[in-house]
Amino acid sequence: MANLSPNALLLGAFEQLGAVGVLFFKMLKNLFRRPREHQILLQQLEEIGVRSLPVVSLTAAFGGLVFGFQTYTGFHRYIGPGSETFAGPIITLGLAKELIPILVGLMIAGRVGSSIAAEIGTMKITEQIDALHSLGANPIRYLVVPRTLAAFFMLPCLVLYGDIIGIICGYFYNVVLMGVNRVMYVQNTLMYLEIWDVATGLIKSCVFGVVIAIVGCWQGMETEGGAEGVGRATTRTVVISSISILILNFFISKLLPASLQGG
Amino acid sequence: MIRIIDLHKSFGSKEVLRGVSLTIEKGETMVVIGQSGSGKSVLIKHLIGLLKPDSGEIYIDDVEITRLDDDELMRVTRKFGLLFQGAALFDSMTVAENVRFGLERYTRLSEEEICKRAAESLALVGLNEAECLMPFELSGGMKKRVGLARAIAYRPEIMLYDEPSTGIDPIRADAINDLINKLKNDLGITSVVITHDMVSSYKIADRIAMLYDGEIIEVGTPEQIRHSKSAIIQQFIHGQAEGPIKDW
Repeated sequence: MANLSPNALLLGAFEQLGAVGVLFFKMLKNLFRRPREHQILLQQLEEIGVRSLPVVSLTAAFGGLVFGFQTYTGFHRYIGPGSETFAGPIITLGLAKELIPILVGLMIAGRVGSSIAAEIGTMKITEQIDALHSLGANPIRYLVVPRTLAAFFMLPCLVLYGDIIGIICGYFYNVVLMGVNRVMYVQNTLMYLEIWDVATGLIKSCVFGVVIAIVGCWQGMETEGGAEGVGRATTRTVVISSISILILNFFISKLLPASLQGG
Repeated sequence: MIRIIDLHKSFGSKEVLRGVSLTIEKGETMVVIGQSGSGKSVLIKHLIGLLKPDSGEIYIDDVEITRLDDDELMRVTRKFGLLFQGAALFDSMTVAENVRFGLERYTRLSEEEICKRAAESLALVGLNEAECLMPFELSGGMKKRVGLARAIAYRPEIMLYDEPSTGIDPIRADAINDLINKLKNDLGITSVVITHDMVSSYKIADRIAMLYDGEIIEVGTPEQIRHSKSAIIQQFIHGQAEGPIKDW
């Protein structure tokens, strides 16, 4: 690695980007082709969605609590007592647009992305992917399509669920624990919050879902070298997915309009 | 009929196949022998499209497969059954689900016919009691036999066997040899067998091809190979460390 020139590194990066792109287009090409693997799609919906609920609950709850705590402190210290009722819209906006999609994306990259890479990687080194091919089953249709679809559909559901948990916890900290005026807190929140703010987070999460699944499948299918190779593939999946989520989050935030009214 | 013409394949700087040419007639059992690491498995993976050659052509019943797209290739590969060296069972499925996999997806058989066909295939390899077991509950030899049952379940026209007798006891190995002969005689299946087990080779082969240094150096009937004048072949079939083959 140390001996590689910057040109070789750049070329390697583009080569890998090309490989992910090819896998993504192959996935799109196979999206509507038969036979459709409904059973596997259902399994993946459960694996990615239902089984991630505990980790998303905890992440969103503590995300909401800490964000509620910092916002309360900020208003109380710098604007003055009584202004904490404006923490409501800040918390809701911050959680729904940025914090929950990113936290859920990162948690799912760790939990699901690594599991996809490990499963497919193990299948690769034990020739199970070759066996699929030999039985006339297209590995893209059988492995990549259901996982990508499941991640695409379940990430927004998890983010919406996380939004609700986070907002409730933010409310709990401010209103129940710190005694902020309940009516004003809720009124301010509803006044400044738009559906588009929540939708922005959901759109981002769809993209994050596809990125996590495709990177996991790609790394799994590229696995070589036994158990050590599987370990490398899972680590790479988490690192590449996490970095991609953070970078994409910025660009999607910039590209999407701040509100449907064009603000 | 399978025709392999001037097949070349390299992995990095290592040239594994250096112009392999071989013709396998319909209904014939061709055994490809050669040292471990000589490229036998690489050759068999080219036949089913798992690997793309650097150059050369492969014709399966007059269809050139090296330039087919994924879907066209899938249609051709459904003619094949492949027994993997390590069985390659799907470890999240039971034995019965493994055997039914290809039947459920790519045949129009009814559920009842699929169950019957799967049970028949398992009975052929002597594993009719193992339907509900998971792969991790099986011994190496049992896995191999399930792999064989899965490969023959949808009655392929061409069977590829990658080291069928490796990892199983001599009696089971002989039973698998009998099964290979039975499939050929009863169903007219064309077989390509990769092995370095000479006892099995003599028993099942119509012809034997020796792969050495990335090329087929001789093709002949078991009798012709047994009496070959090639010192390389004589060293290999007699399993001698001394001789022209040094890189072991």
